[in-house]
Order: sequence, then structure tokens, then C-alpha cells
Amino acid sequence: MRRDYRRIFGKEWNTVKKVSKKTRNEWYWGWFMVAPTILGLIVLNIIPIFQTLYLSFFKSGAFGKGNIFVGLDNYKRMLSDGQVWHAVKNTIEYTCMVVPVTIVIALLMAVALNGKLKGKGIYRTIYFVPMVAAPAAVTMVWKWLYNSQYGLINHVLNKLGMDSVNWIDDPRVALISISIIGIWSTIGYSMVLLLAGLQEIPRDYYEASDIDGASKVKQFFSITVPLVSPTLFFVLVTSIITAMQVFDVIYMMIDVTSPSYDSTVSLVYLFYNNSFKYSDKGYGSAIVMLLLMIIMVITVIQTKLQKKWVNYM
Amino acid sequence: MERKRKIITFILHIVLIIGAFVMVLPFLWMVLTALKTVSESTSMNPFVFFPKTMQWENFKIVIEQNDFIQLYFNTFAMMALRVFCAVLFSAMAAYAFARLEFPGKNFLFGLVLFQMMVPAQIFVVPQYLMVDKMGFRNTVFALVFPGLVSAFGTFLMRQFFMGLPKELEESARLDGCNIWQTFWKVMLPLTRSGLVALGIFTALFSFKDLMWPLIVNSNSDAATLSSALAKISSAYSVNYPQLMAAAVLAVWPMMLIYMVFQKQFIEGIATSGGKL
Repeated sequence: MRRDYRRIFGKEWNTVKKVSKKTRNEWYWGWFMVAPTILGLIVLNIIPIFQTLYLSFFKSGAFGKGNIFVGLDNYKRMLSDGQVWHAVKNTIEYTCMVVPVTIVIALLMAVALNGKLKGKGIYRTIYFVPMVAAPAAVTMVWKWLYNSQYGLINHVLNKLGMDSVNWIDDPRVALISISIIGIWSTIGYSMVLLLAGLQEIPRDYYEASDIDGASKVKQFFSITVPLVSPTLFFVLVTSIITAMQVFDVIYMMIDVTSPSYDSTVSLVYLFYNNSFKYSDKGYGSAIVMLLLMIIMVITVIQTKLQKKWVNYM
Repeated sequence: MERKRKIITFILHIVLIIGAFVMVLPFLWMVLTALKTVSESTSMNPFVFFPKTMQWENFKIVIEQNDFIQLYFNTFAMMALRVFCAVLFSAMAAYAFARLEFPGKNFLFGLVLFQMMVPAQIFVVPQYLMVDKMGFRNTVFALVFPGLVSAFGTFLMRQFFMGLPKELEESARLDGCNIWQTFWKVMLPLTRSGLVALGIFTALFSFKDLMWPLIVNSNSDAATLSSALAKISSAYSVNYPQLMAAAVLAVWPMMLIYMVFQKQFIEGIATSGGKL
């Protein structure tokens, strides 16, 4: 009897062990395969988030002279720092100029290129070109085009009988000049994404509405826009987040000493200057926490509004 | 009706051609200026569109004054290593997240999603402090450091793996493949379009990155094309032809790659966006 029990239990035990060995094998492989990514994320991203938060409570001395705990002083300083408010305003203004214009033009172009138009591949290739050029190089050329004395743009304006514009040094104009570069360089990207979204819309919808005699404009608003809205939403969210982090173009175009600095400095540029130019990593960290909060608020609002206009099929 | 359609198509072409011209013009002007003399570039009366003789010396001078060979090496070494790491590690993790069961999976995938939602500047100061502490400033490793792993790549590749039929794996396992072999020999080759998309995406965005190389590699022989341009831009300030020559030198490699692989580029960007 005892022996039988043993045998039965033994057998059971063996199969249990067998199954768990197989599952355990899968666990080990799972952990092994995610290990590089997870370790990397923890070291490179997760810990740094807390470190940045931690640093934002300190005043950093130059050249590692040690950090002094200052509590919420950096945040208090931000509230009364005119430059921070300029940066918030400029960043939001830049985003409000670049994102809507880019998306409207990109959508119209995507619709134009979605049909049977001849040479649409060539147009698509050309519109995407600014995307593969480094922003540093691109800004250098635009700066040259914008040059108030010798620039091509002012030359053309003069030929057309208009006055020269001080594209870079006029504080009222500079942010618009920067936005133009932003629009020019991202239209192709948004267009490619939207084009991919448009290609998912079944042709039958258009054919059916053609039979009903709907105009192209009506089709655009009652078929194209609703059906491409998930892609549109994705493009909108990513465009806003990217625009809120604008740095390269402003860094290349506007020096700290420029008369336009106050009216163009973005939050990320201000973060860069404070953290690395003035070596006040504590204050820089506080600025980047502010950016995080603003982006989070915008993202929450967007996801709330999403339900109102995005159609998921 | 037919006539009306023809007119509309014609107008559409005009608009698209003007648009295309606006997209290309800055590059055209970059090349034209790079081939002018300084006095041609600043001549207003008459305004000079085309250089009288091509001033190739501008390129020669810029290359001599800035070690462009070194810059190309730095930039492409950074891109290649980042692509390699992102593709390999992301594919591994993505397969595990898509197809394997193991304790902690959901929590760990939550970390991946969390990283994607946070603006990248928040990592910059601590990452810089780490590189500095390890004594790796002004090295290629420093350039690669933040791109050793990719949360975006993991998410993207997971989407690709989830789109593959389960039967493939089951039959591979019945044929005696272990988990790694199933992943490496059966599943990974099927996600080629995903791997290409991720590779292009990673290469393009690391090529364009300006802030990180500026911070971490301040020596001019350790810079990338982007961060070197930032310095050249302030150093040459008024010699426009040489500035533009430097810009041309920084832009052409990626432009050439794009021209050759434009289909993969555009599809890669479209799928990497569409899969999110």
C-alpha cells in the first residue's frame, strides 16, 4: 500500500515537476530576453527620472563643488523668473503656430497624393526630403536665407516692392521665422503618416458617395476626416509633444545675446542653458520638471477630447 | 466634366510643384552659395544667383579646418552601434513580451510604456553625470549611451510579433526548436519589415540629434556632424560660402542614403508611426 502511494505520488510529483520545469524554462527565457532592455531602461531612464526630481531640490555648485539642499527654492524661483514665463509662452506659441498649419497642409497634400495623380511618388519623395537633413544644417541655410542684408528672401521681397524684414533680430518676427522652419521640416513626416492612414480607407465608400452625387469637399469632411481620425489623432499627439520640446532650430538660430532671445527661448533651450551653460543643474532640472507637467496636462486633455472626435472602426 | 477634371488636375500639379520647389529651394541655395566667392554671396547689385566659376576650394578649406573624416566616423559609428543595440535588444524583449509568459511581465512592460510617455530631456542631466563619472566623455561610447536600449523599439517590435500567427511557433517547437531557436530562426526573419523600419527610424533620429553630442562630446574631434556644425556656425559667422559648404558636407551622406532607399525610408517611417 505504502509503496503504491509512493509510486502514485511519485508519478504525480514527477509530472508536476515536468510541467513546472517547462514553464520555468519559459520564465527563464522570458527574463533573459527582456533583461538587457529592462536593465537599460532602469539605469538610463527610470533612475534618472527620480534623480532629476531629486536634483530639482538642490542648488548645484559649479564644478562639483557639492550640491546644497534648497527645498522648493528652485520652484519658487521659477515662478518669479520672467525668463521661465517667456519660455512657457514661446513654447506654447510655437506649438500653436506649427502644429495646426503642418497638419492642415499635410492632410491636404496627403489627400491630393492619395488619388491617381501622375508623379505622386516623386512629390512624396521631395516633400519628405527636409526630414532627412540634420536640423543643424537646415537652420544654417534658413538663417542665411533670412539674412536681413544679403538674404534671398529679403531680396525677393524688395523685388516685389516690399520692405526688408528683420527675420532673426526683430523680437516680434523671430518666433514666426522659427515656426516656418519647423513647419517646413515636419510637413513631409506628417504627410507620410497620414497617407498611410488614408490608404486604409476602403475605396467603396468613395464610390458609393460618388453615386449619391456627393461633392469632393463633402466627401473630404464626411468620409476622409472621420475615417482617418485615428491617424490624425496620433499625428496630432506626437506633433504637439515634439513641438513642445523644440530646441535645435532655436539653439542654432538665436544666441543668448540676441535681441530676440527673450521672445524665442523655449523651455528646453532654457533647460539646456541653465544645466550646461550656467552649470546650475538643479534649476535646469526644475525647468524640465515643469515641462513634464505641462506635457502631461496636455496629454490628459487630449485623451479626454479624443472621445469626442476620433472614430475607431 | 472631363474638361473640368483636367483643369483641376492641372491646378493641383501647379500647387504641388510650387510646394516641391519650396521644399527643395533651401538645399539648392545651400549648394549654390557653397560654390560662390564671399563677394558673390554678399553682392546685392547685381544679385548673384549662380557662381561665375565653381569655388570648390570652399569645401577644401572647410575639410582642412575641420576634420570631417573624423566627424563622419563619429557620426556613423554612433548610428551603427545605436541601430545594432536598438534592433537586437528590442527584438529580444519584444518577442518575450509578445509571446512568452513569465512573472512580472505586465509590470516590466509597464516600464517600457512609461518611458515612452516622458519627455526625453528629463533623462539628460543624470545620463550626462553617469557618462562623466565613468570617464567616457568625448568617446563614441558616450554618443551611443542613451541609445543602448529602446523603449520605442521594444513597443514597435512587439506589435510586429503579435501580428504573426501562433501556429508557426507551435510547429517550430514540435520540430524540437527551443525558445531561443524559435525566436532567432523562425520568428525574427518574419519581422524583417519591422526590423528595417526600426533601423531606419533609429539611424535617422540619432543622425539628427543635436543636444546630446553637444553636451557629452565637447572636444571637436569627438563631435558628430550636427554638433560640429553648431560650432562651425558660430566660428565662421560671416563667410557664408564656407558655412554652406560645411552644411552640404553634413547633409549629403544621409541624403544619398535616402535617395537610394527612399521606398524603405518612407515605408519604414509610415509603419513605425502606424503601428503605435
